[in-house]
Amino acid sequence: MTSHLALTLAQSGSQWIDFNVGLLAERFWANTVDGLAYGSIYALVALGYTLVYGVLRLINFAHSEVFVVGAFGAYFTFVGLGYKPGPTLASGLGPLIANLVLAGAVAMIAAGLIALLLERVAYRPLRRRNAPRLVFLITAIGASFAIQQGFYLWRGANPEPAIRLVRPEAVFDIAGTRITNIQIVVFVASVVLLIVADRFVGQTRLGRGIRAVAQDPDTAALMGVNKERVIMLTFVIGGALAGAAALFYVMMIPQGVLYNGGFLLGIKAFTAAVLGGIGNLRGALLGGLLLGVVENYGQTLFGGEWRDVVAFVLLIGILMVRPTGILGESLGRARV
Amino acid sequence: MALLELHSVSVAYGRIQALRDISLTVEEGEIVTLIGANGAGKTTTMKAISGLVPLSQGSIEFDGADISKVRADLRVVRGICQAPEGRGVFPGMTVRENLEMGCYTRRDRKAIAEDFDRVFELFPRLKERATQAGGTLSGGEQQMVAIGRALMARPRLLLLDEPSMGLAPQFIQQIFNIITEINKQGTTVLLVEQNAQQALSRAHRGYVLETGSVTRASTGKDLLADPAVKEAYLGVA
Ligand SMILES: Nc1ncnc2c1ncn2[C@@H]1O[C@H](COP(=O)(O)OP(=O)(O)OP(=O)(O)O)[C@@H](O)[C@H]1O
Ligand SMILES: [Mg+2]
Repeated sequence: MTSHLALTLAQSGSQWIDFNVGLLAERFWANTVDGLAYGSIYALVALGYTLVYGVLRLINFAHSEVFVVGAFGAYFTFVGLGYKPGPTLASGLGPLIANLVLAGAVAMIAAGLIALLLERVAYRPLRRRNAPRLVFLITAIGASFAIQQGFYLWRGANPEPAIRLVRPEAVFDIAGTRITNIQIVVFVASVVLLIVADRFVGQTRLGRGIRAVAQDPDTAALMGVNKERVIMLTFVIGGALAGAAALFYVMMIPQGVLYNGGFLLGIKAFTAAVLGGIGNLRGALLGGLLLGVVENYGQTLFGGEWRDVVAFVLLIGILMVRPTGILGESLGRARV
Repeated sequence: MALLELHSVSVAYGRIQALRDISLTVEEGEIVTLIGANGAGKTTTMKAISGLVPLSQGSIEFDGADISKVRADLRVVRGICQAPEGRGVFPGMTVRENLEMGCYTRRDRKAIAEDFDRVFELFPRLKERATQAGGTLSGGEQQMVAIGRALMARPRLLLLDEPSMGLAPQFIQQIFNIITEINKQGTTVLLVEQNAQQALSRAHRGYVLETGSVTRASTGKDLLADPAVKEAYLGVA
């Protein structure tokens, strides 16, 4: 890190951060579109953090590994379907969509199940014993490492060779900005899932149960809500959304799936959740999109190595002004 | 056989013994009230009946079945619903959604629609405020939501923990009228109150709780006339 900074310093003389405003102006729309696609992935993962936080007041640090399970699920579905690393093969649109849906389903089920397993094996026993909150947090971090190391032992330190089902092709050209098929699919599919999740929590009976437990667990029990079932439900929903996000991520990025590939994305998604207001569904959505876009602008403005810095500066900046995030804390409160 | 029977119930929070060997009964169709000073264990008794705290001793029978080990949410299905102390209105839900929480365990849509009508008839104010967030309601309105919500469960036994707390005098009168009305419509009520005067005059029977034990049990009328009760709870020297 230091040597890298020094290098940049040496290269650009006294001015070691480039303010490339011209480049940002030129790439503004491209950055926005790409940022929205990434941001919607952040938002999907952020929803898992926020839902679990809402009902348990727990930051589920192992959620990033739930995402990785989804990524491996999608990857192995590709392999099982006979896709090989290397150049993308041309295939008919029908089979391609079917295969993507299948991979998405596998990723969502795998991630949903691992999230449920995590809750049963790691967190529920602690709840039974009324463990203090810190113990939950440490357990979450431990579970995160355990799953990560499990993948390391199984798949090794190198990424899987990347498999690409879809070749990015520009389908739109708005004001000189190319919008690719992948960006559109990822963004639209994510937003649809986010809306479905929001509707589910906001307007169904089970969703009301989730919000009741988040707002007042004892009174929820007095109304006949089974808290344990609600907790399981939130883990499964959060996991499934992370699984869908994992498929989109595998479609978007050129690198192959890696055992610790969830780490940075998990932190970003968590940042997005806090940015929007942890425990707040629409906050997670907003935080995710905002983070994806701003991060892209930052990257263009300052250079690629500043991408993550910009993300966290944004977080700190917003928390200084609004300590509970943009839309404020607490599940369900943003609806009214 | 009484609808609710507590047999020698004890409850402890860690080392703090909140209830000692409490026995009480509530017959079908009654209003029974539980009065006592702050910290006497009234709320703890209600929590024990609803299943929010475990018993360290004794047992609770509802409708002839031992429910001591039944999960809190399943006690609602059996017919016990509580409007808790402090009201417990879900702040991020609208009035309507709060009321819907009351029928969380029910599937009988037609009867639910009837109960909505009934609750809105008892509390016309709630109908006006149907889409307002629970957290922005006044204290009295929140109390209406808490009682209305419990009624939405169509309980056989309605538990009310200090429904008059924090309310203006004319409002207290109204709440007690409604409680009497609910009881006349066929719901058995167990009522915890600081307002002993009102509670005892409305109730069929009452229990006096002192530091975790039942010290007196009689009809509402007799307790109202009891000199010791008068002195301790009715502010009469
Ligand atoms: N969660 C708890 N942890 C420890 N002690 C508790 C807890 N809840 C209640 N207690 C104690 O148990 C005793 C009975 O409390 P409870 O809330 O049942 O009283 P109450 O009769 O409802 O009083 P009030 O009229 O003030 O509502 C009190 O001494 C109280 O301090
Ligand atoms: Mg009390």
